Amino acid sequence: MAWNEPGNGDKDPWGKRGNNGPPDLDEVIRNLQRKLGGLFGGNRGGNQQQPDNNQSSGGSLGLGLIAAIIFVVWLLSGIYIVEPAERGVVLRFGQFQATTMPGPHWHFPYPIDKVEVVNVESIRTVEIGYRSAGARPESTVLSESLMLTNDENIVDLKIAGQYRVNDAAQYLFNVRSPDIILRQMMESAVREVVGQSNMDFVLTEGRSEVATQTEQALQTMLDEHHTGLSVTSVSMQDVQPPEQVQAAFEDVVKAREDEVRQKNEAEAYSNDIIPRARGQAFRIIQEAEAYKSQIVAKANGETSRFLQIMNEYNEAPYITEERLYLDAMESVYSRTNKVMVDVEGNGNNVLYLPLDRMGNRSGSANTNPTRIDMDSLNYPANTNSSSSSNSSNAANDARSRGGR
Amino acid sequence: MQSRFNLFLLITVLVAITVSASVFFVDERQRVILLKLGQIERSDYQPGLHFKIPFINQVRRFDGRILSLDAQPARYLTGEKKNVIVDSFILWRISDVAQYFRAMGGDEENARLRLSQIIKDGLRAEFGRRSIQELVSGNRDEMVVDLIKEANVTAEGFGIKIVDVRIKRIDLPQEVSASVFARMQAERERVAKDLRSRGAEEAEKIRSDADRQRTVLLAEARRQAENLRGNGDATATEIYASAYGQNEDFYSLYRRLNAYQNIFQGDDLLVIEPKGDFFSRFGDVETSAE
Repeated sequence: MAWNEPGNGDKDPWGKRGNNGPPDLDEVIRNLQRKLGGLFGGNRGGNQQQPDNNQSSGGSLGLGLIAAIIFVVWLLSGIYIVEPAERGVVLRFGQFQATTMPGPHWHFPYPIDKVEVVNVESIRTVEIGYRSAGARPESTVLSESLMLTNDENIVDLKIAGQYRVNDAAQYLFNVRSPDIILRQMMESAVREVVGQSNMDFVLTEGRSEVATQTEQALQTMLDEHHTGLSVTSVSMQDVQPPEQVQAAFEDVVKAREDEVRQKNEAEAYSNDIIPRARGQAFRIIQEAEAYKSQIVAKANGETSRFLQIMNEYNEAPYITEERLYLDAMESVYSRTNKVMVDVEGNGNNVLYLPLDRMGNRSGSANTNPTRIDMDSLNYPANTNSSSSSNSSNAANDARSRGGR
Repeated sequence: MQSRFNLFLLITVLVAITVSASVFFVDERQRVILLKLGQIERSDYQPGLHFKIPFINQVRRFDGRILSLDAQPARYLTGEKKNVIVDSFILWRISDVAQYFRAMGGDEENARLRLSQIIKDGLRAEFGRRSIQELVSGNRDEMVVDLIKEANVTAEGFGIKIVDVRIKRIDLPQEVSASVFARMQAERERVAKDLRSRGAEEAEKIRSDADRQRTVLLAEARRQAENLRGNGDATATEIYASAYGQNEDFYSLYRRLNAYQNIFQGDDLLVIEPKGDFFSRFGDVETSAE
């Protein structure tokens, strides 16, 4: 019933053999026959398909020859070649006989022996959670990729496994469609491993761990059932939180960045103000130093000047005092505006001076001598002021003359 | 000559037909039973070449390899009365081909149906005893050991041996998944908030530390500055005192005169009475004579 199952349909060596070797062989043999026929049958003309046209002299011989040739061809049809990447599995009447290594071989021809050739080198791939199809972007298979973790979270996981045939005979005889079973075992193994891990572990440092454990679990299962397959590698393609919560996960990543950013900003602030403060502090101290130097220097200067004058003063006290006094007073009076008022007697008299006007005048025309008309000055009690007013006028004039 | 050849051909063909009808091969992959007019005559064939009586015996072939049965995902109730969706597959093979033929009539589809029923019942029982946690993270081999043992008792009656039952997928139903997602989201938000406020905390610490350092730096600088100024003032005072103390009378005069000169500047208006030492020779002669 399973003779022509889809599983071994393309492994049928006869199908292959019919296309490859024998036609050439047939050709060769036919040529040979033609030559032999020419040798034995005389004028047969190379037409062996109509042997009964020949005379009886060569008939019996021809029949035997045909049988022999058919037998030889039959024997030759047992030659087969196993490619370097392949192993041949020989069945005799359906019973497993041997596994043959790469190279040319011969088996008893049909129907006694049969050879099935299995490629043991080619790496096959199984993909869980996605399907990559050539150049097209891979498509996710959600029903496969979403997995429960130990802490009852869900992760979106894509994993791929590479495997090859380890034992050709086991691969052929023990399990029907081993590739499909491997896929199911792989799915089972991944989920078991993920189910025993926590989400954070799977998403971060556990990626390779999950792949390794899956590989081990898968290989154990494959060996247990003698599938003849061996896993060469399991690699995690992608682990993500499910789409529904991806935004939240991304936000955590952003938050982590924010944390660092805030710290850096604060560091920047710190780096900005502390050196400035150091500079400012230095300036404050320098200013104080300057003040100190300045005030000491000033004291030294002033006292030095004082001491020198004092020495002279000690030499001639009276005249120096007088000179200094007169110089100083002269200097004072000569530089300032002044009004001389000679008011004698009791303090009942009130002198009114229009200070604002005088101030304005003197301010506006500093170079002109200030003249105040003393008549305009109001003397409310004019009892004995005639002489004094005169004198004040005179004084005014005198000042004007002398001052400016 | 012609007739002899034809006879030879005829005999060859006849022999070939007879031989091929009375011989059959058993493939390594197959389990075979020999029927004699519908009755099972023999079922313990090894792979290889075997004989039969043409037309009376019939050969039925079955796949002797391990077969897989991918069960449909189904809902199961767990120990805590939660629904889970479970996807599993079963590995099985024919153990007793005669029994299998009798029970299933050699129909594999029929066998698959029966098998998935058996396993479903077994899984239901197993799941009912466990919580989700145990199901998801527990040892799956252990989980199915009893199940396989029990199921095999039933399956033996069908000539089938269950080799393995593997749970592929344990999923939560859609509505539960949604709440799981909500929980995951909330959990992530918590982490995000925590991270952000930690960042703010650190930043504030760094800033305040910087502010403190600045204040301390400036205060220290001011302290030094005041100290220096005081130092300067003291030195200056000492210099003044030691100098001026040498002649206090002269200092008094000198300083006063300097002060007069300094305080009266150009725009000042002095209202003067012609008195005092400076004006002693000023004004009325009589006054001075007096």
